[in-house]
Amino acid sequence: MTNPHAPPLLAIRGLSKAFLGVQALDGVDFTLRHGEIHALLGENGAGKSTLIKTLTGVYQRDGGTIALNGAEIAPRSVEDAQRLNIGTVYQEVNLLPNLSVAENLFLGRQPMRFGLVDRAAMRRRARAILDGYGLSIDVAAPLQRFSVATQQIVAIARAVDMSAKVLILDEPTASLDAQEVAVLFDVMRGLKARGIGIVFVTHFLDQVYAVCDRITVLRNGRLVGERRTADLPRLDLVAMMLGRELEAAAHRLAQPTEVDESAPPLLRFQGVGKARSVAPFDLDIRPGEVVGLAGLLGSGRTETARLAFGVDRADSGTITVDGAPVALRGPREAIRLGFGYCPEDRKKEGIVGELSVRENIILALQARQGWLNPIPRRRQEEIADRFIRLLDIRTPDAERPIQLLSGGNQQKALLARWLATEPRFLILDEPTRGIDVGAHAEIIRLIERLCADGMALLVVSSELEEIVAYSRRVVVLRDRHHVAALTGEDVCVERIVAAIASESSPPVAEARP
Amino acid sequence: MTLSSSALRRNLPQCGALIAVLLANWLLFPDFFSIRVQDGRLFGSLIDVMNRGAPVALLAIGMTMVIATRGVDLSVGAVMAISGAIAATMTQAGWSLPPVLLVSLGAGLLCGLWNGVLVAVLRIQPIIATLILMVAGRGIAQLITEGQIVTFVSPGLAAIGSGAVLTVPTPVVLTAATLAVTALLVRATALGLMIESVGVNRLSSAYAGVNTPVILIAVYVWCGLCAAVAGLIVTADIRGADANNAGLWLELDAILAVVVGGTSLLGGRFGLLMSIVGAAIIQAMNTGILLSGFKPEFNLIVKAAVLMVVLLAQSPALSLLLPRPRSPANALPIAAKVTSNAPGKAHKEGSAQ
Repeated sequence: MTNPHAPPLLAIRGLSKAFLGVQALDGVDFTLRHGEIHALLGENGAGKSTLIKTLTGVYQRDGGTIALNGAEIAPRSVEDAQRLNIGTVYQEVNLLPNLSVAENLFLGRQPMRFGLVDRAAMRRRARAILDGYGLSIDVAAPLQRFSVATQQIVAIARAVDMSAKVLILDEPTASLDAQEVAVLFDVMRGLKARGIGIVFVTHFLDQVYAVCDRITVLRNGRLVGERRTADLPRLDLVAMMLGRELEAAAHRLAQPTEVDESAPPLLRFQGVGKARSVAPFDLDIRPGEVVGLAGLLGSGRTETARLAFGVDRADSGTITVDGAPVALRGPREAIRLGFGYCPEDRKKEGIVGELSVRENIILALQARQGWLNPIPRRRQEEIADRFIRLLDIRTPDAERPIQLLSGGNQQKALLARWLATEPRFLILDEPTRGIDVGAHAEIIRLIERLCADGMALLVVSSELEEIVAYSRRVVVLRDRHHVAALTGEDVCVERIVAAIASESSPPVAEARP
Repeated sequence: MTLSSSALRRNLPQCGALIAVLLANWLLFPDFFSIRVQDGRLFGSLIDVMNRGAPVALLAIGMTMVIATRGVDLSVGAVMAISGAIAATMTQAGWSLPPVLLVSLGAGLLCGLWNGVLVAVLRIQPIIATLILMVAGRGIAQLITEGQIVTFVSPGLAAIGSGAVLTVPTPVVLTAATLAVTALLVRATALGLMIESVGVNRLSSAYAGVNTPVILIAVYVWCGLCAAVAGLIVTADIRGADANNAGLWLELDAILAVVVGGTSLLGGRFGLLMSIVGAAIIQAMNTGILLSGFKPEFNLIVKAAVLMVVLLAQSPALSLLLPRPRSPANALPIAAKVTSNAPGKAHKEGSAQ
């Protein structure tokens, strides 16, 4: 259809970018052709957002070239990129919700008449533009009145109308339901037919196969490869993303502890779910058992963990602890039941940065005891020193602000916070993310030791070898559904990857062990 | 050891400023430090500073806790007006002192509860949430006094403003007592830790099981109570309630006192005593300028200049600009600070482009 000798719409070659010595992008190539929807995939830290931000002028590159239609460009700001016909639409619509649809479409470039904004013309043109997207809405109404999907389309329409030739959609479907996604895909196909190149960032593999022509996979700041969607089986795609050569997959390192199967579960989830978060699931957890949650980013792993700790409230199903139904209204109830939770985002949801290591360690215990019953300073120091020794937290002393510690030591201090409360059930979301190799191994050893002591653990991790190493059972999630529960011999990287890559099928309720 | 020395270094600018302002007052007015007993009560400029400074110091006590939770309470001036209006109106209507005090303080408590619920439960930004009562509160006070300046004759109530306990003026005693009770309440329990924790990171604190809504409501209630006591003092002092002017703009003095005292508006670590020092600096300047016979027009400008010096002395940005200290023992930590700050800054600037 297009001349094969013509330069591609967008050609990125050898793009590099480092932050504080961390190589976020290392010689990455990316090619976008006219009239193509191109998926940009990768797990956390793969370099997707750095690539997009470099392309849209948010960051300045350290090396490499970006060529648009064969001409080299160097966008210095988002506005600059827009002038170069590169438009971006983010997951959180970055328009002004209190302004009207028409004003949002024409913000900063309103049609003028006699030095005033010509509202009539603006509305007329807004209506014409949105008709082109099959959207007939009241353009004078404030944007916030409409669904997120409609807002996304308005954002796309604005970007395209500002003569975008390259449209970057950064996780536009993350908060949409299936029907809204279908509408968005129609819009994307329409733009593709007009010759616009679309870079599509998503975590949903079904969507990649539904709408994309090509796939580029990044991992740890490097290019893994570019493939045509039709030529790339799902299994291979997942392997590319997770970086596993399936033949060389690791097997479990340690024997899982024996668990009394006849014992009643400590914790039982029955049909627990939350709309737009995670579909209803069943899950039993016994004392001394480590259950791993595997799946790609955005598959509902973290959402499951948040439901289990009461951070989010389930809108369906029942949770029973020791055979008695409980209402998990929030973290405080969960803690009273003997739960603990180390969240994925340590900095925002875990540590209290300015406070000392000691204060961070005793915080949950103190909160459970209540403010009227303060832990004496001597006792606080004993607890802090004991865990600093036990978990080998590297800090000059317990009074150091926790924010000055390395990531691994912060994580250990957070574990100490929960261990001080002597929990029965601990939820760990990505406990080894972003921490150095030494601390990594120590945390895995700690998980094994805790479970040997009879604690029940629910561990979310994208490190499959790690999950396989310590889990007695692995629950696999895909597209917000619990799709498989692997036990015994099935707990291996190959089976997990196969379950993640399996075609969209009605979600399977967990098989009771 | 490191803790106490760093605490000392942190508090040095405020304490230095207070001493400097007091010395300046002494130079302008050699009798500044002389204190005499008359009619069973202490008199003197220094006593006057403490006495006049009591309302702002009281507000600063409550404000410190609110600011430590990363909030702010703009309504304290209006709450002063409400409690004063209630006290004056009830006294004039013939009520005895105990119910008058109870209702006035109860009103302050309710005002704090209102602010706390807006901030903690409805999650309105503190500056907006308390702005509501800042505006409406003065209206409420005017409704109570029916737009009049209500005067009263009650030796009991008046004693709160102008009496003395063991020769010490009552407002000073009340402030000291409030400070002691507050310090006991936050430092002898785990409340202080939880307030700081909520101020630094509300989400992390909630996930660790801290009852963040209750903590937030509690600090606003306490702040309202402190404001009510301040309102009583002002009304008792002038033996009347002026709903239009009682406590007017004092919320800003209180915030200033807290910030000058070194508690960050970003929440977290707080120092009650240092907020009192902040209030004392402000009042010592007010008194000094009054004594000096400068035109009152200079008042605000001199005040602003001194406060700028104190705040600049605390500014971490400025300490980086200053030349390296002479002693090698001090040179190391500051040099380390420069290197640890610089890359972060560069990163921020990089991403802002």
